[in-house]
Amino acid sequence: MINITVKLFAQYRENRFKVESRTYAEGITAGDIIEELGVTKVLPLGVLMVNSRHEKEEYHLKDGDTLALFPKVGGG
Amino acid sequence: MSDLIYRVNMSNLSFKIEEVPASWMGLGGRGLTSTIVAAEVDPECHPLGPNNKLVFAPGLLSGTSASNSGRNSCGAKSPLTGGIKESNVGGTMAGVMSKLGVKALIIEGLPQDDSTFYHLHVTKNNVEFIKVPELVGKDNYFVLDAMLEKYDKKVAVMSIARPGEMKMLTSNISVKDPGGKLRSHGRGGLGAVMGSKKIKCITVDSENYKEVTIADPEKFKEASKIFTKALQENPISGQGLPAFGTNVLVNILNEAGGLPTHNFREGSWKHAENICGETMAENIKARGGKTTHGCHAGCVIQCSQVYNDKEGKYLTSGFEYETIWALGANLGIEDLDLIAKMDALMDDLGLDSIETSVTLGLAVDAGILAYGDGQRAYDLIANELANGTPLGRIIGGGTHILGRLYGLVRVPTAKGQAMPAYEPRAVKGQGVTYITTPMGADHTAGYAVATNILNSGGHVDPLKKEGQVELSRNLQIASAAVDSTGMCIFVAFAALDDAACLPALIDMINARFGISITGDDVVNLGKNILKIEHEFNLKAGLTSADDRMPEFMKYEVLPPHNTTWDFTNEEIDEFWNF
Repeated sequence: MINITVKLFAQYRENRFKVESRTYAEGITAGDIIEELGVTKVLPLGVLMVNSRHEKEEYHLKDGDTLALFPKVGGG
Repeated sequence: MSDLIYRVNMSNLSFKIEEVPASWMGLGGRGLTSTIVAAEVDPECHPLGPNNKLVFAPGLLSGTSASNSGRNSCGAKSPLTGGIKESNVGGTMAGVMSKLGVKALIIEGLPQDDSTFYHLHVTKNNVEFIKVPELVGKDNYFVLDAMLEKYDKKVAVMSIARPGEMKMLTSNISVKDPGGKLRSHGRGGLGAVMGSKKIKCITVDSENYKEVTIADPEKFKEASKIFTKALQENPISGQGLPAFGTNVLVNILNEAGGLPTHNFREGSWKHAENICGETMAENIKARGGKTTHGCHAGCVIQCSQVYNDKEGKYLTSGFEYETIWALGANLGIEDLDLIAKMDALMDDLGLDSIETSVTLGLAVDAGILAYGDGQRAYDLIANELANGTPLGRIIGGGTHILGRLYGLVRVPTAKGQAMPAYEPRAVKGQGVTYITTPMGADHTAGYAVATNILNSGGHVDPLKKEGQVELSRNLQIASAAVDSTGMCIFVAFAALDDAACLPALIDMINARFGISITGDDVVNLGKNILKIEHEFNLKAGLTSADDRMPEFMKYEVLPPHNTTWDFTNEEIDEFWNF
């Protein structure tokens, strides 16, 4: 098992959480966690970061990684 | 009724109303202000002397029913950067000027008797010059109240406060919004230019407030519907911005390591959650207030808000990411309510909340205050700056001046203008925009954050050099064109990701004027504006050496990604190769 810190932002937080340390089986991808949380059923995925770097849903997470999920956001 | 140029000469308090020259006919907003400044202002003039001109121009679509078309441009030679400046704003001025048929208001000269300030009242075919000794030394809300008492509530108002009278480089020009609050021509010290001309306020009364004439109303309506739908269906302009405002960016920049912290020493801040858009939205929900609010009539994005304190009492509106970042992460203030109070104070005093707040962040290095000392920061603005004490004048000179006076090396400016809320070493496309735009460090000039961080218009890795110059160039060309239409820059999110958006915008321009411009014409307009502005700067004495990043960013690594600014001069100079 591996420990992943999952952070959610903007509308993804509603009825979920801001940040949680969660345990997963080895080999899990960012996309698997997105599906488990059901966030994209509310709004399409905008940005996915692992350890502060932009990654894709196929990314295989490692023990200690931080996954951050954002819907489409913007400003300026 | 065709539009006209209203030309005011402050040297002899006279005005002329002129036909629009053929070459200015297809221009509006930034395209027109920059064209007029380049054609009529000596690039070598002193920005606060008799030969600078202050030019206001609504966008091409301002005064129509088109969504988000209420931006007004102000242009001049900037006393802050020494180059050309265009700063655009929401509020009611663009719509009212358009409805009166004012294509541009050009203000030239300086009064010979500089013992008082004037109020200019612009009406159909007339400009009144009214001495206003009773308004001297007063701030924006006092002036706004006085004007609203005197005239119809629909009259458009813009003004300067004490810092503008004192010609501080951090001073802006404040504009009434539809809710009776203020918006700002924020950057570049334009308040000082208005102050130099001894103008305290300008009111414009269009007498009737009907929509401007449209050459092809049916076609306009159809295109307008498509355009509005594109804005509403875009997840950013339709959902993200209304729900959280621009301040939604705090967390994403923080997560990406691109949130400048403690005067650009780090790329993330451990207290970001205290000041982020999600926290702001929670506070608004709990305390009353509004998460959605428009800065101009016809805005369908509604990124602004009304923010109250714990007792439900109004604190501020138009509470933007840039201001919150600069006082929060960059100056270390963790209390969002105190930041809101400072935001409202800077509105009343007509201070650029980016330039002023970044200067306060640098003032920590100067030993003037400590990180997180919000009370001291508030007092510096309310007492020193507002009263023009020697220390207030130093801070009111902006980031570049403060750095020079205190012998500081880590000064985050480009062309003398303070950098906004994106770390160039971690959002490299935005860094290219900061140093190449003719405006000085300006985030709106070519918002590469969209593609570097937000995945709008594709993705270009923010930490690498590859593709950034081209990205910034394309965005700067597009922004120059959008800034000419009167459109809010946030239409760009829909334009980047929705193929229907830009053609609908062009169709609206064509239907408004009965012309047939193409997408290529719009790109060429953007290119021409940039070239005109660049040429002005070169004639003003700026060189490619001014298109450079502050040196400390080249040798100091930025956590958490430990990156530096690593472009060669040749790579940057390639920007102008178009």
